[in-house]
Amino acid sequence: MSTSMLLDISNAMLFTAFILYLIATFFFGATIRDKRSKHKKGIAGKIGITITIIGFLAQLVYFITRWMASGHAPVSNLFEFTTFLGMSIVLAFIIIYFIYKTGVLGLFALPVAMIIIAYASIFPTEVSPLVPSLQSYWLQIHVITVSLGQGILAISFVAGLIYLIRQIDQTVRSKRTTWLEIVLFTIFLFIGFIVSTSIFNFMDYEATFEYTEQNALTTTEYHLPAIAGPAGGELMTEGAMEPWFEAPGWMQGEDAGRKFNTVIWSFLTGTLIYLLARLVLRKRIGKAMQPLLKNVKPDLLDEINYRSVTIGFPVFTLGGLIFASIWAQIAWDRFWGWDPKEVWALITWFFYAAYLHLRLSRGWHGEKSAWLAVGGFAIILFNLIVVNLVFAGLHSYA
Amino acid sequence: MNKIKCECGHVNPEGTVLCEACGKPIEGNQHIDGNDEKKLLNMRYEGSARRSQTYNKSIIDKTWGFFSSVKVGVWLIVLALIASALGSILPQEMYIPADAPSRDPAIFYEERYGVFGLIFYQLGFHNLYSSWWYMLLIALIGVSLVICSIDRFVPLYKALKKQKAKRHSTFLRRQRLFSETESINENDLDTVKERLKKQRYKVRDEDGHILAEKGRFSRWGPYVNHIGLIIILLAAILRMTPIMYLDEYIWIREGEQLVIPGTEGQFYIENEQFLLENHDPNDEVFGEAIEMEGEMIASNYQTDLIIYEAKNDVAGADPDLEKIVEDELRMNHPVKFDRYTLYQSGYQLNEFSNMSFDIVEEDGDGEALGTFTVDLSSPETSYELDSGFQVEVSQYFPDFYMDEDGNPASETNFPRNPGFVFLVYPPESDTAEVSFIGIGRNIDATGDNNYSLSINDFDMRAASGITVRVDYTLPFFGLGAAIFMIGVIQGMYWQHRRIWLRPTSDGVMLAAHTNKNWHGVQKDIEKAIDGTKINMVEDQQELDE
Ligand code: HEM
Repeated sequence: MSTSMLLDISNAMLFTAFILYLIATFFFGATIRDKRSKHKKGIAGKIGITITIIGFLAQLVYFITRWMASGHAPVSNLFEFTTFLGMSIVLAFIIIYFIYKTGVLGLFALPVAMIIIAYASIFPTEVSPLVPSLQSYWLQIHVITVSLGQGILAISFVAGLIYLIRQIDQTVRSKRTTWLEIVLFTIFLFIGFIVSTSIFNFMDYEATFEYTEQNALTTTEYHLPAIAGPAGGELMTEGAMEPWFEAPGWMQGEDAGRKFNTVIWSFLTGTLIYLLARLVLRKRIGKAMQPLLKNVKPDLLDEINYRSVTIGFPVFTLGGLIFASIWAQIAWDRFWGWDPKEVWALITWFFYAAYLHLRLSRGWHGEKSAWLAVGGFAIILFNLIVVNLVFAGLHSYA
Repeated sequence: MNKIKCECGHVNPEGTVLCEACGKPIEGNQHIDGNDEKKLLNMRYEGSARRSQTYNKSIIDKTWGFFSSVKVGVWLIVLALIASALGSILPQEMYIPADAPSRDPAIFYEERYGVFGLIFYQLGFHNLYSSWWYMLLIALIGVSLVICSIDRFVPLYKALKKQKAKRHSTFLRRQRLFSETESINENDLDTVKERLKKQRYKVRDEDGHILAEKGRFSRWGPYVNHIGLIIILLAAILRMTPIMYLDEYIWIREGEQLVIPGTEGQFYIENEQFLLENHDPNDEVFGEAIEMEGEMIASNYQTDLIIYEAKNDVAGADPDLEKIVEDELRMNHPVKFDRYTLYQSGYQLNEFSNMSFDIVEEDGDGEALGTFTVDLSSPETSYELDSGFQVEVSQYFPDFYMDEDGNPASETNFPRNPGFVFLVYPPESDTAEVSFIGIGRNIDATGDNNYSLSINDFDMRAASGITVRVDYTLPFFGLGAAIFMIGVIQGMYWQHRRIWLRPTSDGVMLAAHTNKNWHGVQKDIEKAIDGTKINMVEDQQELDE
């Protein structure tokens, strides 16, 4: 089979997986109305998990065919790595589902995975060749294991979030309701990101800028109208919107301006959708969702939250610290170099170590654990997004 | 010590919260684990007597108590977390980009990041991870880890060893999973026992009191993983000593042979050639990505090298070199010999190796009156030409540039852009003419030279940057990491589950405890009591308290 054909199959399979996850989400949504689902007999849950598994297999085909086409495991640039994180979340969800049989988990876990896969698509999707430092199977083992660990830890976030929506007293406004609302609002920002990029992609919007980076003239292509242009950039495309302002110069890394612009768009669109939702519901999003989750047992959610951390923590340690060190030792002659990405892996590890120790004492189960799980996932996302966008380092791939 | 005798007859050490044998709460000690305020018993350390909770008079007691507190441990971890994050906001000193206008940290941070950068620098955050206070924080975590583990391990071990199957009814009632059944069938208990054995529980029966237990070894997981962490910390300390750790860097040009630094003259390295290869931009698969990138993407950095060992040790004499290794050194493909490891770490293309110059008459026909060749890595002080000319090297700038004051200077010691001030003595003359010559530059300093110099030819070559490492600490780090992983897996993927059955007049009390995965133990119980008259346990936990 020719490589271009393999890649076509690969891309089609990724798209298929995405659609299947979407459909499965609706079935898991139906489980919360299904009273019997508590007794593991809910048919909706069964259909949901079946579709999820088929979707996962489709994504596996994406992964394998892309591997065959490029000759290396497709975890070597941000698009591939982020997509794989989405896939790991789905896998982790499938595993946890078979332990606890809670459909509502899928209602939240699959959208999280889909959002992450969609986020991956802002990065160039071409298969890229490996620079010498990345030509190591240890690198591939490292990235795959880290992602699996993060995927499992993401399930703890999902369980924690459901717990918070289910349990926080929504009758009066409080600090907790506000924080929960902020967490939910953040999800809207991601939705805003997907909506805005899809719309302009559909319209085929393009604007090219020229700017200098590291003393070299570079061009960057915007697929969203430029609210923030690249620092010192000049618009080359006729008829495209002139930027309102320039991205600050301290933002480093490739195409920082374009990515910053995407963040702005996500923020505007997400806020708009959020406000519309508030307008329709006439209450906090958390409050509107709460009644849907009546049937879920909070102590089960707490258990899933904790269990995911206990399963994910060793995997993360192995991939994010140990395999990472082995690779770094072989490639860079030092196993630890305090590169921002390494530091943030360490921070993630410290955080979950603290979580595990806090669980040893009374008073940290339930709601506090749920907040911690949200915090842990925030760190993982920070590492994925901010560290890559703002802190340029060895790991900033291409 | 004031031993405490329980009504079951067992003698417990001072400070015990729950009798080691039967689990009955010992009066007067319930506040230690907070049991006085709760319905459920705190089972974390089996209510065993821990030094930290028992003695708190002397300074040693207090220090011990301080470091053995998990609260303190968590605070230390959180502080280390915050400190680590602070250091990642701006690049550390070693990551100041090579193309920065000034790589001097005193200038760089302020210049690029303004006041914020200046403060960052002044607080020493540009070297945060090697600052004394960061290391102290990590060391404190280590101390806390050791004390904490010792404080708990011994009593926990004893308590688990001494536990009896026969447990006090209060103990059972105050477990999270509990049920009481008024009356059961005669053989229900036997059925349950059999089924628990099938689920690989170790079942003990003392006068009809049953204890089914499995996965106790998982309780040692945390202690094992903490030992792993300690080994890693010790390895980090070892690494600071020069015996265990050597780090040298060599620049070696193509064709050059050098003694390897740090080997005391025992080993030599020769660079046969350096290769820099790029991915093919017309590649069917990667072409598109390379085009997007807009520049070449390297596919390989490689030094073809030979390592020699010096054989005879006669002082002063040139050593006999014996070839021991001939290999390709690539990124991600280090070369090992003896105790040393070499890494391909850098390269410099297009260094000049030698340059030859012609002397021509200023107003002549351009015919060379003489030619001489300068070896740029070790220029001679003067060159005698056959035609009688003599050229003296007055100044040599391997990497020429004009400094801020407009004076010629050399940016590095590498011949990347050589520049010379030559003194040219015509035949039979004692007065020299001064000429400056470099790439694209030919300056007649006085303006009345009769002869001028021109570059006739040059050779270029690449230099390869190679790290030389000896690191005896690596095995220790590896060992620590392996032990850590064994410990976490042991503690996380297995759980210590116990199920107690205590016969009552006609029925039975059933209780269970696990250190994690309550869902799992409940399933075990469900399976075990299926079809008997024994009631399923209820979860008495109150969340969020
Ligand atoms: C970065 C440093 C540390 C790491 C990665 C670490 C890791 C762990 C892990 C994975 C567990 C098992 C938790 C569980 O099974 O739920 C654990 C348990 C524990 N750790 Fe640590 N630890 C660290 C530092 C500390 C410190 C500083 C202390 C001292 C206060 C401490 C005290 C404990 C205790 C008391 C346990 C519970 C033991 C038991 O359940 O029997 N740890 N640790």
